[in-house]
Amino acid sequence: MSEATHRIEGIAAALPIANLDTDQIMPKQFLHGIDKKGLDRGLLWDLRFTGEGVPRPEFILNRPGYAATRILLAGPNFGCGSSREHAVWGLQQYGIQAVIASAFGEIFWSNAMNNRLLAVLLPEDQVQALMAEAAAGPLVLAIDVEATSVASPTRTLPFTLGERHRTMFLKGHDMIGASLEHRGAIEAFARRHWDAQPWVKDVAARTRARLDVYAASASPR
Amino acid sequence: MSIGRTLYRKLVESHTVAVLDAQNVLLFCDLHLMNEYTSPQAFAGLHEKHRDVLVPGQNVATVSHVIPTHPGAHRVIQDPAAALQASNLKRNCTRHGIALFDTNDALQGIEHIIAPEHGMIRPGMVVICGDSHTTTYGALGALGFGIGTSEVEHVLATQTLVYRLAGAMRIRVDGTLPVGTTSKDLILMIIGRIGAQGARGHVVEFCGSAIDALSIEARFTLCNMAVEAGARGALVAPDQAAIDYVLARAPDIADAQRERALAHWATLCSDTDARFHIEHRFDASQVAPHVTWGTSPDQVIPIDGTVPAHGSATAQALRYTGLQAGMSLQGLAVDHVFIGSCTNARIEDLRAVAAVVQGRRVAPGLRAMVVPGSGAVRAQAEAEGIAKILVDAGFEWRLPGCSMCLAMNDDILEPGQRCASTTNRNFEGRQGRGAITHLMSPAMAAAAAIAGHITDVRRMTPGSTE
Repeated sequence: MSEATHRIEGIAAALPIANLDTDQIMPKQFLHGIDKKGLDRGLLWDLRFTGEGVPRPEFILNRPGYAATRILLAGPNFGCGSSREHAVWGLQQYGIQAVIASAFGEIFWSNAMNNRLLAVLLPEDQVQALMAEAAAGPLVLAIDVEATSVASPTRTLPFTLGERHRTMFLKGHDMIGASLEHRGAIEAFARRHWDAQPWVKDVAARTRARLDVYAASASPR
Repeated sequence: MSIGRTLYRKLVESHTVAVLDAQNVLLFCDLHLMNEYTSPQAFAGLHEKHRDVLVPGQNVATVSHVIPTHPGAHRVIQDPAAALQASNLKRNCTRHGIALFDTNDALQGIEHIIAPEHGMIRPGMVVICGDSHTTTYGALGALGFGIGTSEVEHVLATQTLVYRLAGAMRIRVDGTLPVGTTSKDLILMIIGRIGAQGARGHVVEFCGSAIDALSIEARFTLCNMAVEAGARGALVAPDQAAIDYVLARAPDIADAQRERALAHWATLCSDTDARFHIEHRFDASQVAPHVTWGTSPDQVIPIDGTVPAHGSATAQALRYTGLQAGMSLQGLAVDHVFIGSCTNARIEDLRAVAAVVQGRRVAPGLRAMVVPGSGAVRAQAEAEGIAKILVDAGFEWRLPGCSMCLAMNDDILEPGQRCASTTNRNFEGRQGRGAITHLMSPAMAAAAAIAGHITDVRRMTPGSTE
């Protein structure tokens, strides 16, 4: 997803569960890939399907009118727990473009921003008001990223988004490319750092080499 | 007049390559740990853009999450997808000259166990890993935190991260932990008090006489689980115990370098006039053995307490765990006992288990498993006679790995099974769909294995059955 994202509009589904962790968003059995493919299938698996793999008709995303859900209204601390970015990839592959909550798990939040899955922070009472509005049936929300506001048929709620992330959403951003523009500064920093603290330089490679020598002398085979 | 700095701020400032804006800095990373399941897409992204690993010598990888733990001379990963993850990790490490602890390496283990045990974690470092429990390294005065796969790719390419600054929280714990309690009970109590997002947005510095009295391994447990309160990092200022731990494992820090290192490490503490955004205080003497009753680590009670009755989150958690408000956890039968994970699979943890189970037998019908955190821990436990005590008591003595903490390998529970576990997360489905996890200390899990139900280890007299 590298094209500019100014506006996210679509059906919002409410998931009023506090601390909905990334283990539940993307369970272990879907983490065995070496690529990002096929994660839409695993999204919220235990909530969406029974133990026999049959869709649970009562679960919000399985109800009529929610097939095209684009936005999740989530409980506080959404995405806490494991660092697995598969949770974000799965949400996006399923079609989710934004999650609205009063708080997010810290690593999930960074992962979402780095993939341009919009994590919208609103006060808990406002999230609950939107959830109440969504209780009547599929609710269409429109998120204006440029103006940083969420609009339902009855209210428009402003949210804050750091300038850095707002630009990332609006213009797209090759973060690694941008950081590599600091390469000269990084290498100069590293030289100074290792000059002051030589014991941290190549700590992984040197430790491995020491252990290899020890292993070779311990078992002369 | 300058205002004193927190240890956290000192660590960030000493690793800042560039200030990007008011909230973000380009942070230099001293050590980057990788595993087989959160790194492959990062390497793929790197290769797609024809980018190289900037500083291979600061990176290390281990096969930890998908690896089977069945005893045997040579480990073979049966699941083809998991086997591909392991071989792919090896290919990537070989290509880029990155140190690897491969599947059949005698020293293979959980990333957060092997890195410190071989002296790779040193005070004052910034350590990151595509795993949330990287907060563990705060025990040695290193700033550790978990990152996602996009950030793994960023670190590989630049040895830096675009790092969003956190707030500073201090948790002071004075007093003495009572006999029968551990740092696991302390951190479970703290998480229960401040909540699963009580430290969100903050790096926690632990201090106080109770923290000073903890062994380094106990501090690993404490800092490891700080992330379950939402913390972005956890720190304990390095003291003599931390320095002794590191120097015993880092023979390269010698002679003149040792003097310089000691001088640098002496600066790694918060200034007396440093300000914290949030401060908490706890009394260690009030800590009892703690056990979780719900599906979030903050749903926890002392063993002599009762399951609380309030909130809608409580109702769903109780439905899942099959418990009722007002009941005690003592006497609750368990099907499985799991001793392992980056939280509690070090030698001191296994010694604590052995002390409880020595001369006793695992309750009939119960399956109890010990998965040491690394090859080195396993070898030491065998040398100390701990393995024999465990096996004689009826425990399965496994090979190292993450195992049933998150059940990414074949160590997985069946629906409805109840497990006393020394791990860090009791989330729904974490140890297997429909399986119920009760988090507790190694000694409490050992007591549950012997009794066949959750019980108070303080009431078990040494060398006799209940």
